Amino acid sequence: MTGARRAALRSPIETLGATAMQVAREAGGITLLAGRVLRCLVPPSMDGRELTRNMYRMGNRSVPIVALTAFFVGGIMVIQAGMYVRQFNATGLVGWGAGYAIFREIGPVLIALMFSGRVGSNNTAELGTMTVTEQLDGLRALAIDPIRYLIVPRVVAMMVMLFILTVVGDLVSIAGGMLFSRLLIGIDPSTFYYSLVDNLDWIDFVHGLVKSAVFGLSIALTSCYFGVSVRGGAVGVGRAVNAAVVAAAVSIMLLDFFLTFLLP
Amino acid sequence: MSEDRPATGPRQRIERLGAAALDGLAATGQLAGMLGATWRGVVRGRRPPGEVANQMFVVGNKSLLFVAVTLGFIGMVMVYQSCLQLERITGDLSRIGPEFLKLLVQDFGPTITALMLATRVGAGIAAEIGSMVVTEQVDALRMSGVTPIDYLIAPRFIACVVMGAVLTVFGVAIAYLAGGLTAWSSFDLNPRLFFDPSRVGFLDLGLGLTKTLCYGMAIPVISGACGLRARGGSEGVGAATTAAVIGSSLAVIALDLVISGVGLLLVGHGR
Repeated sequence: MTGARRAALRSPIETLGATAMQVAREAGGITLLAGRVLRCLVPPSMDGRELTRNMYRMGNRSVPIVALTAFFVGGIMVIQAGMYVRQFNATGLVGWGAGYAIFREIGPVLIALMFSGRVGSNNTAELGTMTVTEQLDGLRALAIDPIRYLIVPRVVAMMVMLFILTVVGDLVSIAGGMLFSRLLIGIDPSTFYYSLVDNLDWIDFVHGLVKSAVFGLSIALTSCYFGVSVRGGAVGVGRAVNAAVVAAAVSIMLLDFFLTFLLP
Repeated sequence: MSEDRPATGPRQRIERLGAAALDGLAATGQLAGMLGATWRGVVRGRRPPGEVANQMFVVGNKSLLFVAVTLGFIGMVMVYQSCLQLERITGDLSRIGPEFLKLLVQDFGPTITALMLATRVGAGIAAEIGSMVVTEQVDALRMSGVTPIDYLIAPRFIACVVMGAVLTVFGVAIAYLAGGLTAWSSFDLNPRLFFDPSRVGFLDLGLGLTKTLCYGMAIPVISGACGLRARGGSEGVGAATTAAVIGSSLAVIALDLVISGVGLLLVGHGR
């Protein structure tokens, strides 16, 4: 705690420089890790059992939390749209508004944030525990490349599973939206459905899915990087998990911005 | 954390669903008890001198850059997406600024700021308290006759409620500014048309403020509870941090749904 106080008393320029150096070091580390993972993937060779185990653990076991979040989000979107419906009496636009927001923006971003909270931080904690108990060094001593054996399957599993979970979550949140629009504003599910189908394109749906795959990659890389660079026991693991979720949230928002401009 | 595949069959599935629902209810009850204990701790005021200010610095000042970056980018994206769609359908962008501010004040500003705080501050609280639990510092506190909730959670609770509100105001301002800049640079929208607060009423402000306060209370209590439950070494701390992030994010989204629903019904009766 006194460290925080002392940091505040340091000159602001010094703090700014230290923060910039820290960010640069982390970004560099993540990029290097991405390069190494890519090199392992060029002829795609990885431990198949480790891959399916991670996919089950990260994907199937996240379905309840993702579905619950998506259901709530559908309700929130409909409530927000409902405020305008009351005002302009535009019942035909609720499905369009909620669907557009969910498919392109809110669905992928919120599901990625929840995925980062559940799977990303879990992954950092697990790799971090392995690092502080010197299990990674043990693997190296057995001439097993920890990147190829541990990290590559996780990166692939997270990308694939976040993509699939976003498809599931989008559909659940549309269903939630239909339910809440029937309950709270009294709009018929068929009106909701046709408003969505008539006004939206496949592009809108795919736009969100491409984003989710990229988010999956960034969550995987940040969580693995912070996991393998843990120093110092239980305290270090807690701090690494904290840093990993923060970095994942920032990278999700940044990538969301750039992808929105780049994608159609 | 058990990784073996659970037995499948219709009966087991239903049993698991019921067990999950019961667990959820029990956890909610425990959290309500903890919220009460925290309030008592806040009123009793037995905490180290200067700790509240210290926590405010950690929660508030240290999250400033994080909130600015995330809210700024999401503001730009939201305005860009809505302008794109409105241009295709109606072609009239003049109302986007006021409506965006209304949405930002009553829903997106508080909620997205709180989600960011849940990841940054919630994880931080759980990691810190969890490390203290596994290194037996909390047991030492108990042995000296100090309640961990009074000593550890109450200062963080006060800091989160106050600084959550401050950061929300800051985040809304940043997102609105970033959105206005995007509309101006990408769609040639006159900033005077965009920066127009006429659509924000007292109900919107009240709704946004209620949400901010509720999120500010929920995040430290949930994360603190997860931290205090940590068992075992570094694995336990990691699991506690994960549970804190998930629990507080989910609580933010669920509270948002409930408060927005109540708000919608209030608007309906007001007219």
